[in-house]
Amino acid sequence: MREYFNQLVDDATEALQRDEVLLANLYAETSDFTRLNRSAVRQAGEVRQAYMSLELVRGRRHASSILTLTGQLDEDRGRISQALDGLRGRLAETPEDPYLLYSTEVHDTEHIGGDRLGEPDTVLERILAAGAGRDLVGIYAAGRIERGFGNSLGQRNWFSTNTFHFDWSFYHEADKAVKASYAGFEWRPEEFDGKVSEAAEQLDILRRPPRTIDPGEYRVYLAPAALAEIIGLLCRGGFGLKAHRTKVTPLLRMIESGTMLDETVTLRENIREGMAPPFNSAGYVKPDSVTLIENGRYRDCLVSPRSSKEYGVTCNGADGHESPGSLDLAPGALDAADMPALLDEGVYINRLWYGNFSDRSGGRMTGMTRFATFWVEGGRIVAPLNVMRFDDTVYRMLGENLVGLTKQREFLPDSRTYQMRSTSSVRLPGALIDKLRFTL
Amino acid sequence: MLSTLESRFREVAPSGCFCSLRYVRSMDEMLAVRQDVPQPPRLYDDVGAMITVIKDGGLGYAATSDLSLSGLRQAVRRASAWSKRSAGRSVADFSAIDMPHPRGEYEGPETVAWEAVPQTEKFDLLREVCASLAADDSIVDRRTSLSHTYLEQIYLTAGGGRVVQRIGMLCPFISATAAAGGEAISRSLGGRGYCRQAGLELLDDIGFRSAGPGVADEAIQLLDAPNCPAGTMDVLLAPDQMILQIHESIGHPLELDRILGDERNFAGTSFVTPEMFGSYRYGSDLLNVTFDPTRPGGLAGYAFDDDGLEAEKAFLIEKGILKRGLGGAVSQHRGGLEGAASTRASGWNRPPIDRMATLNLECGDSTLEEMIAGIERGVYMKTNCSWSIDDSRNKFQFGCEWARLIEDGRLTKLVRKPNYRGVSATFWRNLRAVGTAGTADLLGTPNCGKGEPNQIINVGHASPACVFADVEVFGGE
Repeated sequence: MREYFNQLVDDATEALQRDEVLLANLYAETSDFTRLNRSAVRQAGEVRQAYMSLELVRGRRHASSILTLTGQLDEDRGRISQALDGLRGRLAETPEDPYLLYSTEVHDTEHIGGDRLGEPDTVLERILAAGAGRDLVGIYAAGRIERGFGNSLGQRNWFSTNTFHFDWSFYHEADKAVKASYAGFEWRPEEFDGKVSEAAEQLDILRRPPRTIDPGEYRVYLAPAALAEIIGLLCRGGFGLKAHRTKVTPLLRMIESGTMLDETVTLRENIREGMAPPFNSAGYVKPDSVTLIENGRYRDCLVSPRSSKEYGVTCNGADGHESPGSLDLAPGALDAADMPALLDEGVYINRLWYGNFSDRSGGRMTGMTRFATFWVEGGRIVAPLNVMRFDDTVYRMLGENLVGLTKQREFLPDSRTYQMRSTSSVRLPGALIDKLRFTL
Repeated sequence: MLSTLESRFREVAPSGCFCSLRYVRSMDEMLAVRQDVPQPPRLYDDVGAMITVIKDGGLGYAATSDLSLSGLRQAVRRASAWSKRSAGRSVADFSAIDMPHPRGEYEGPETVAWEAVPQTEKFDLLREVCASLAADDSIVDRRTSLSHTYLEQIYLTAGGGRVVQRIGMLCPFISATAAAGGEAISRSLGGRGYCRQAGLELLDDIGFRSAGPGVADEAIQLLDAPNCPAGTMDVLLAPDQMILQIHESIGHPLELDRILGDERNFAGTSFVTPEMFGSYRYGSDLLNVTFDPTRPGGLAGYAFDDDGLEAEKAFLIEKGILKRGLGGAVSQHRGGLEGAASTRASGWNRPPIDRMATLNLECGDSTLEEMIAGIERGVYMKTNCSWSIDDSRNKFQFGCEWARLIEDGRLTKLVRKPNYRGVSATFWRNLRAVGTAGTADLLGTPNCGKGEPNQIINVGHASPACVFADVEVFGGE
C-alpha cells in the first residue's frame, strides 16, 4: 500500500498547477471483526477500506476532500483528479484563511510493523473454547493498519502496524460481568489463557449476593481501566490550546485560578511509547513527548498548526482536535498488590462508564460504575456492588482526596473502532481516593 | 451506477444461499465560520459496498470499496468464507430466517437543494450569523456551521430484491461561549439537535438566520445567573432536552439486540426483558411513543431498513404500556418478538444492527402556558449538554444549557448549569403533562454510538415539551 500511496501522491503532484501545494494523508486498514454473544458468533466478517485525504492549498486559500480508494490504479487516479478539480473550483469561492499552517520542512519517517497475527480459525477456536460453559460476549478485531502522509514538497511519512484486540466480558447474570481485554501484535495462547483465568476468578466473586450502598462519600480504588474513563473525559478539551483559549476546557480552574491537582499527578502525551503514528495530517512530526501537567500544575498544551497560527504559540505536532493519543500518567508509590488491604473499607472499581461533565468549567464529572465493582471490608473483597453513579470534581478526585497512585501501570490500547480501528492508548496506574461522591 | 452494480452483483452472487449487496455512497460537506474566520471547506466522498452471505446457518460479510467485477467477486468469496467459519457456531441458525427481498424506492424531502446555493452565499450567511453572536466582550468564542450529507443507498438480494433510497440531510449549528471571572458558559441553537432530512429551507424553518443575537444574549445572561438550586421538584423539559431523554431511556432500552445480549460488552444491556412486552407499565397513561421512519423530515427516515424490511409507523408504548421493541428481521427471529424495521448500518463498512431510526413521543393536550401554570415549584430546562446513563439504561443524569425557575405557576429567574437525575423505570411513570403540537419540535442527533465494531449513526426524534413530577434537580459547583 505504501508504494501505491506514494505513487498516487506523485501523480497528483505532477498534475498540480504552478502555485498549488498538496497535502495528502492515507487511512487504510484490513480488519477481521468477529462479534460474539453467549459464547457464539453473532456477526463475523472482513472490512477492507482505504481513505485518502487531499488538501489543496493556493496562497492562503485551502480546501480538503476525503475520498475512498478502490485499489484500482486507473480508477483511483481518476477519482483523485476529479476531487482536485472540484477543490480547485472551490478555492475561487473560498476566503483566505489567516490561520493556514502546514509543514514546509521535508522530514520523512517510517515505521513498519511486522505481521505476527494469528490465523482467524485458530484464534476463533481458542476464544470459543474460553467461552465454553460461560457466557462470553465481545469482539475480536485484527488486521493491518496503515497511515501515510505525503505532500507536493516531497515529504513522505509512513506508519503501519498489525494488531489484534479481543475485548470481551464474562457475564454472570443481568448486569453482573467481568470485563477483560487481550491486545497486542502476536496472539500467544498461553497469555490469553492467563487473561481468561483472571477473569474467571473475578466471575466467581460476582456469584455472591450483591451489595447496594446508599449515596454518599466512599473510599475507592480505581483500577487503571476505571481511571481511564476519568482521564479520557479530561481529553475532551482538557489539553488543547484552543479549548484553553476559548475557556471551554474542563481544567479552567487550573488555568484561571491556579487550582492544583495532587503533586504526584504528572501527565504526558507520550508519543514515543504509544501506538499512534508520530506525524500529523499537516506533515508535522511529533516530539517524543509533551508534558501536560507536571506535579499537579498545568504546564503545556497540545498545539495544532491552526492554533499555532491563531494564538502565536509554537506547534507541537498535535492533530486538529488537539486531544492526546498516547496519554501517560506517571506511576505513584503504592503497590497495587496491597490494594484491597490499603482500601480497607470501600469500593474497588474495575471500570467506570459513560462519563460526562455535570459542570464542565467546574471540572465536575459524572459516570457509572460498570462490570466487576466490589465492596471491600477489612481489606478484603466481600461482595459485588450494584451499579452506582458518581458525581465529583477532578480537583477532589485527583487533588485533595487522592491518597496515591500505584507503582504499577497498565498499558491500555483503545479498543474503539468508530469508522476505523483506533491507534490511541493510555498508560495509567491505579488510584486510591479517600472520598468519592456517589449520588444515585 | 445502479444498472452496472446490479449486473455485476447478479453475475457474482452465489446460488443456493442468501446473498445481498448493500451499496452506500455518502457525500458530506462542512462549511463553518469561527470568530468571523471562514474555516476551509471539508468534503467527504465515501463509497463502497458490503456483501452478506448466509449459508448452512452461518452468516458472513465482506466490505469493499472495489466495486469492479473482480472486487465484488473477491468480496463474495470472503463473505462466504466467514459464513462457513461461523456456521454451526452462531447465536442462531441464520438460514432459518426469512430474509426480505424488497423492491422499492425512497427519496428524502428537500425543497431548496444544497447545491442550488453557491458556496460564497453560504459563507456569507455563516459570516453574518457569526458576527451577530459578538454581543459584547464576554463572548470569547463564536461558531456557526452547516453540515450537509447526501446519501445514496442501494440494496440488492440474489432473490430479486432491489431498493434505492436517496436522502439529503442538513445539520445547522450556532454556538457562543461567554466567559468572565473564571467561569464559562456555552449556549447554542438547540445543541446539535436541528438536524433533519431537508434542504436549505430548514434554515428558515428554524429561524437560523436571525438566531445569533438570542444565543449570545442567553450565554451572557447565564454567565451572571446563580446556580440551579438543588432539590426534588417538577421539571418542564423542552423538546431539545426531551430528545435525549427519549433516546437514552426509551430508545436504547427497547433495542432488541441489547435485550438479546449482543451489546453487553460495549453499549450495555437493558432493564427491559422479553416478558415485559405487552404488559409492562413503562410510563403514565400520557406516554405514547412511536417508531416512525415514514415521518417527513425525520433525520432517520426511510422506506426500508438495511436488511430490507419495509418501514411502517408502530406504537412501541401506548398509554404507558410497553408494546414492542426496536429490532429488524434477525432480532425478531432470534427473540421471537415483535419489532420494527430498524436494522441499520452507519456505512458500507459496518454490518447492520438494531437502531432507533425516528422515535417520537406523541403530542398531548397541554399548552406550554398550562404546563407552567400547573407547577408550584420547578425548573424549565432547555437544550441538552450532558448525558450519562447506566448500562441497563436505568440510572440517568442529564445536564442542560439553559433553565428558568418556575414558582407558583410562573416563570421566574434564570439559573445556570441545571442538571437532573433519576431512574428510567420510575421517571416515566411521573410524566404529568404532555404538550400540544404547538410545543413540539422535530429534531435529531447525528452521533448515536453503538455496536461492535463501533458505529455512529443519525437518529431522529420528535417530541413536545413535557412535565415530570418529583425529580432530583441540582446545579454546578
